[in-house]
Amino acid sequence: MAWYLGSTYLLDRSTRALLPPPQDIVVAAWELAKSGDLWRHLRDSIKRELVAFLWATSAIPLGIAMGWWRAVDEQVDPIVEFLRPVPPLAWIPLSILWFGVGDTQNQFIIFLGCFFPILLNTIAGVRGVEPNLVRAARCLGAGERRILWRVVLRAALPQIVTGVRVGLGVGWMALVAAELVGANSGLGFLINDARTVLRTDYVIVGMATIGIVGLAIDRAIRALVARFMPWSLPAAR
Amino acid sequence: MSTVRIDKVSKVFPAQGVADEPVLALDEVTFEVADHEFCSLLGHSGCGKTTLLMLLAGFEQPTAGAIEVDGKPVGAPAWQRTVVFQDYALFPWMTVEENIAFGLEMKDVPAASRREVVARNVALVGLRGFERRYPRQLSGGMKQRVSIARALAVDPEVLLMDEPFAALDAQNRARMQEEMGRILASADPLERKTMVLVTHSIEEALLLSDHIVVLTRRPGRVKEEIRVDLPRPRSEDDPGFVALKRRIRDLIHDEYEIEA
Repeated sequence: MAWYLGSTYLLDRSTRALLPPPQDIVVAAWELAKSGDLWRHLRDSIKRELVAFLWATSAIPLGIAMGWWRAVDEQVDPIVEFLRPVPPLAWIPLSILWFGVGDTQNQFIIFLGCFFPILLNTIAGVRGVEPNLVRAARCLGAGERRILWRVVLRAALPQIVTGVRVGLGVGWMALVAAELVGANSGLGFLINDARTVLRTDYVIVGMATIGIVGLAIDRAIRALVARFMPWSLPAAR
Repeated sequence: MSTVRIDKVSKVFPAQGVADEPVLALDEVTFEVADHEFCSLLGHSGCGKTTLLMLLAGFEQPTAGAIEVDGKPVGAPAWQRTVVFQDYALFPWMTVEENIAFGLEMKDVPAASRREVVARNVALVGLRGFERRYPRQLSGGMKQRVSIARALAVDPEVLLMDEPFAALDAQNRARMQEEMGRILASADPLERKTMVLVTHSIEEALLLSDHIVVLTRRPGRVKEEIRVDLPRPRSEDDPGFVALKRRIRDLIHDEYEIEA
């Protein structure tokens, strides 16, 4: 409401271009949707996010190994803790030189954003497994492999899912940043491209789409948890 | 045949920190649990009785001494010795029947006979109608029933129980003790498992056991072994029960005085 009143009545013609009123945004969204541009950019962004996420799921087996075997943790942890504090965005210049502008570079940045939250949550999940659950499985005759697969993985699953949720969120943010500078398509590119021609209405449509997709991803994960992990309802909340 | 022999078993836990001293938890503990016998390890908290149970299960190894079941030394944990934990340790992602079937799966029992064994054990602990529930949908008493059924389903030689009723409220605890007593009383003595129960409740030990081993406080040593020949099912009002209870209480009380 304040946005509507402010942009319609307070701003003069030239500054209104910086904050167009909501009705203009709706019109812009309609234009973008009808021309197919919005869908094309959206599709490219989501595809990048998904491909990078699939690569980042490699953090789950690595995290289980690090959480379970001390020796693995001792070897890998210094590398992880060295790389982790470097924000994904700091990798953008180098990654453009490595991979050029395009899908691979974007996916690499998203991968970095996704990977560490999943890894750290998986490790914490494995370490947090009730020792008595493992003991119970042992005395019921489960060997090491079955304990890892049937007990440790399942017991850590709620926390792994939390890692996936955080990871997808961070990855989505990193994606948009990567696309701002290193892409010829995608929602980040759409925003930046619109900025250069001062189409603030398109910029806002792009931002809103990014927000909606982020929300949708999170809701989708919660729905999956409620459907497939009914025993861990707290994780769905 | 499942006789458990504990021979001069000691357990030392190494020091945790620099200033810390190693802890002698068990000191040359020796006793025997006969086949089909229900034996209780009774003592104050911190007397090493749970440690002893963990050694019996094979989760830890004794520092000195030997533990044998039927003359064979106890090695790694195995289905021949299943454990009922105080905190139930049910797998939260499995339903009641899946929990009970877990050990059978590990033994590669075919699905058809698995179902049959699960059904029999569900009935034994009185959980018919709850087979599809998840642990978080059950009360503490029901969870412990599942845990007992799960431990019995694999048909172990020895059933080990670590304060199984301690986490329950008083009413549920009394009921579970009574039911356990009923199961023990109704079973053919030769069909019964060899059982070892860790408890700090004198009444619980007297209601259920054939044989009570009273342990001293840190380090845990055998203070006295007591045979309980009262008829089953037992009543706390029985004069024999009251007399034994007083005797054990004095034993444990002595122990407390020395410490204090």
